Parts: sequence; structure tokens; C-alpha cells
Amino acid sequence: MNRLHVDWTACDGRGLCAELLPELLVEDDWGYPAPRGDMSVPPALEPAARQAVDRCPALALRLTAPASS
Amino acid sequence: MISVAEAPPGRQVQLRLLAGSNDGRLDSHLAQHGRLPVLETNQVMGMARDAGLTGRGGAGFPLWRKLSAVAAGGRAPVVIANGAEGEPASGKDRALLTYAPNLVLDGLQLVALGAQSVVLYAPAAGHRALRELLDARRAAGLDRVPVRLVTAPDAFVAGEESAAAAAVAGRGAVPADKLVRITESGPGGAPTLVQNVETLAHLAMIARYGAGWFRAAGTAEEPGTFLATVSGAVASPGVVEAGYGVALGDLIAAAGGASAPLSAVLVGGYHGGWVPAEGALPVSRAGLMPYGGSPGAGVIVALPRNACGLMETARIAGYLAGQVAGQCGPCVNGLPRLASTLTDLAQLRARPGLPAEVDRLARLVTGRGACRHPDGTARLIHSAMRAFEADVAAHLTGRCLATDARG
Ligand SMILES: Cc1cc2nc3c(=O)[nH]c(=O)nc-3n(C[C@H](O)[C@H](O)[C@H](O)COP(=O)(O)O)c2cc1C
Ligand code: SF4
Ligand code: SF4
Repeated sequence: MNRLHVDWTACDGRGLCAELLPELLVEDDWGYPAPRGDMSVPPALEPAARQAVDRCPALALRLTAPASS
Repeated sequence: MISVAEAPPGRQVQLRLLAGSNDGRLDSHLAQHGRLPVLETNQVMGMARDAGLTGRGGAGFPLWRKLSAVAAGGRAPVVIANGAEGEPASGKDRALLTYAPNLVLDGLQLVALGAQSVVLYAPAAGHRALRELLDARRAAGLDRVPVRLVTAPDAFVAGEESAAAAAVAGRGAVPADKLVRITESGPGGAPTLVQNVETLAHLAMIARYGAGWFRAAGTAEEPGTFLATVSGAVASPGVVEAGYGVALGDLIAAAGGASAPLSAVLVGGYHGGWVPAEGALPVSRAGLMPYGGSPGAGVIVALPRNACGLMETARIAGYLAGQVAGQCGPCVNGLPRLASTLTDLAQLRARPGLPAEVDRLARLVTGRGACRHPDGTARLIHSAMRAFEADVAAHLTGRCLATDARG
């Protein structure tokens, strides 16, 4: 399974990704995305995850193959 | 505030790195150890593997694996000896760079073959003496590869490996995202090897005396000696050397013994964990595992019974919260909140649910930063909540056991 990776040095914490991917992410106390589970992306959510990655305004969100991250 | 006094070598449990005259001079070093044998990178890697040498900067990662990852890059690496030692309770790297710097520089040469740039990253205070020593070594034909000195700023995270690599590349000493590992591609694109100075000093010994000799100290799973900085309620705080698995009581005895009855000991430093003050406890990963601890970079802080472990942890958490490199939201926001929540508990401003809130915040920040600063801070706090469980209960009823102990 691919995984979501957040570059925390870039993320601006407005929580767009948590809105687009509520199955996987919630906003924490400050608006930064927090994983509901372990950040792995089930195949069914892959398209939504890709969309969240594409729309991240800070280019902070990535999808990574299992080996890395 | 616990501070590390000047750390003279000489007290020991088992001296190796600090077994010599410790005057930092090249002639005494050569008289004691002789010249470094000339070894190829493969041989160095093999020796490090046979010896089971692991990193002494905190994470305990096998050296040979990092060497082989960097070699696999197939490009000339940047090699950094990390002497930053940002941890306030640690004095062992400074002691090593003062008393046995030639071992560090020998070890650096062993991993520097074929590198495009070789750096000793250390606090500015030591640079003058190190500069002179590097010149003397070059003049004596000891160093095949020239070494550049780069200043490590005085900040807790300045010694984190990607922060060190950034500083060496001329940028600010702040950690970077880890999606691409620096052993693959560091700041300038080159594979980057960052090793703690003590790790390199051990390598210099292994190159001379062999992997078997190295393994004669420590345990079968965790071979070799390590430098420990022992402070807190001990008669003579300082740096000692011992094999992994040494009894906690022996380390404390080597620092003059406890100066008061102890209630707990912080092992592994500000990112480490509290363990019971049991003299027989083996200081090794295996021995400390039940407490979620590890020897880390060898920091040992003895807590006297009349000091409150929650207060001490809150103080450290406050310090750590002040050291966040203002980059990552969960760390920048979470660590100060965590520290202030713990401080409320420590200062008897109890509210129902306070311990649960500390626990929630510690979980919330874990794994959510570019570096492991939030993880280490959370680990310390989790361990405090376990080790000082009785204190937590007392604080919730408005009492402090340490204050009671003072009478
Ligand atoms: C916040 C933080 C601070 C660190 N500071 C130091 C340091 O001052 N010196 C050091 O050698 N390693 C430090 N480390 C560990 C390094 O990232 C790295 O693991 C180490 O230098 C690798 O060398 P070693 O494998 O020889 O231990 C720090 C890690 C973190 C997360
Ligand atoms: S969309 Fe991007 S910048 Fe916004 S919170 Fe998510 S990861 Fe951070
Ligand atoms: S996790 Fe914290 S200390 Fe580490 S880089 Fe991010 S803000 Fe800095």
C-alpha cells in the first residue's frame, strides 16, 4: 500500500487535505493533518489521496511507495 | 538546572577511548596507538560490521549499514563528524574532542576515502585547538584527506543529522524533511554520511586492535564501550567510560557515588527515559527496554529523592519546547502546549483529566515533525508519567511527595 507523507517543514496547516480525505486524516488542535490510522492508503482511497496531493497548496503532501518514507 | 561540570577523564569503569594521557597531543597519541593502518573502504566496512559498532550519537544505528548505503550511491559523498552535542546534560563529545581528538580524526580519515568534502562539525569554542591539531596532522602526513571545520551552533537540534548537513552546506542548522534520506542525497545532492565523533573514535580503535578486541567489552548483542556523562545528585559529575551492560550503580559510583538518596535516574538524556534508581540495572538497550529507554548518547542524570521528578521533567520539557526549530506545525504548537500542561501538573495546578491530556498531547506530536525532536520529547514525558505515577496521583490531590520528603 502507498503511504501519505507530510513534509512538516512545508505544511501550512490550513487542513485542506483533511477535508478532502476525511477517511484518512483529521485536523489536529492547530489545523495540521493527523492520521486516523497509520497513513497507509487503501487502494479504494488512492484516487482521493492523489487529488489531495495535487491540491495541497504548499506541495507538502506526497504519496510514497511502501519501501521509502 | 542540572549542568555538566567540566568533565575530566580519569574515572572509569573500563577505559579505552580515554585510556591514554588525554593531553590531546599528536605525539602522545602516536606514542600510544601508532599510525593508523591504511585500509580500503571495504575493509573498514567489514571491520565495523564484525565489531558490531553502532552509532554513539543517540540512535544506535550500525555504522557499516550507513557506510554501505553511502557507498551504494556511487557518488563522492560529503562526510561529517558530528561533534555538535546540543544536549545540555551531555559533555562526552566535548571531552573526547578535548582529551582524545586524534582518535576522532583518525576515525574520520577511515570513512573519508573518496569523499568530496570532509568536515568536523563542532562548537566554535574548540576550533582553535582543533585547527592547530589538523595542521600538525597534515604536516606529519597523517591525513590523506583534508578536513574542514564548521561551527555547530549552540542549539539542541543543531546536531540532528540533516541540520548538521545543512550547516555544512552553508545554510541554517535546522533539520530537513526525510522523504529522501541524506545517505542518498543531502543538501547539495551528494550522499551524506553523518557520524557522531565518538563512533569515529571507536572505529579508529577497531582499525588498530581489531573487531575481536572491540567485542571483549560490552555484551554479545551490544559490544564495546561507550562514554557516559553522569550528572545530577552525584559527588563528582563528569564523563566516564564503560562497556554496554554496565550496572547503573557502577556508572554512578564512577562519578563519585550518589550524593543523596535517589528516586530515579534519567538515562539517555532529554530524549531518553526515567528508570528506577536500581544499582543492578544493566545500561544497555536490552536492559533498559522494559522502561522504554536506551543508553542513547550516554547521558545519565541522578534525581535525588527530595527533588520532584515531575517538576524536573516539566523543566526539561520547557527547555525542549524552547528549542523547536520553528518549522513544523505539530512540533511548534504541540511541544509548548505539552510543556505547559505538564507544568500545571507539576506545580499542583491540578485539573481532572490533566494526566490524560498530557498523554494525548504526547501521542499527538509523535512522528509529526521533520526530525525526531517531538518523538524524543514525547518519549521522555511518557516515561515520566510511568516512573512518577505515585507523584502524579499525589499531585492530583494537591500534595508533592518530594516536598513531603524534605520534611
Ligand atoms: C533533535 C536531535 C538532536 C541531535 N543531536 C545530536 C548531536 O548533537 N550529536 C550527534 O552526534 N547526534 C545527534 N543527533 C543524532 C543524529 O541525528 C544522528 O543520528 C547521529 O549524529 C548519527 O551518528 P551516529 O550514527 O554515529 O550516532 C540528534 C538527533 C536529534 C533528533
Ligand atoms: S493541504 Fe498540504 S499544506 Fe494544507 S494541511 Fe494538508 S498537507 Fe498541510
Ligand atoms: S520537528 Fe520540531 S525540532 Fe524538528 S525540524 Fe520540525 S520544528 Fe524543528
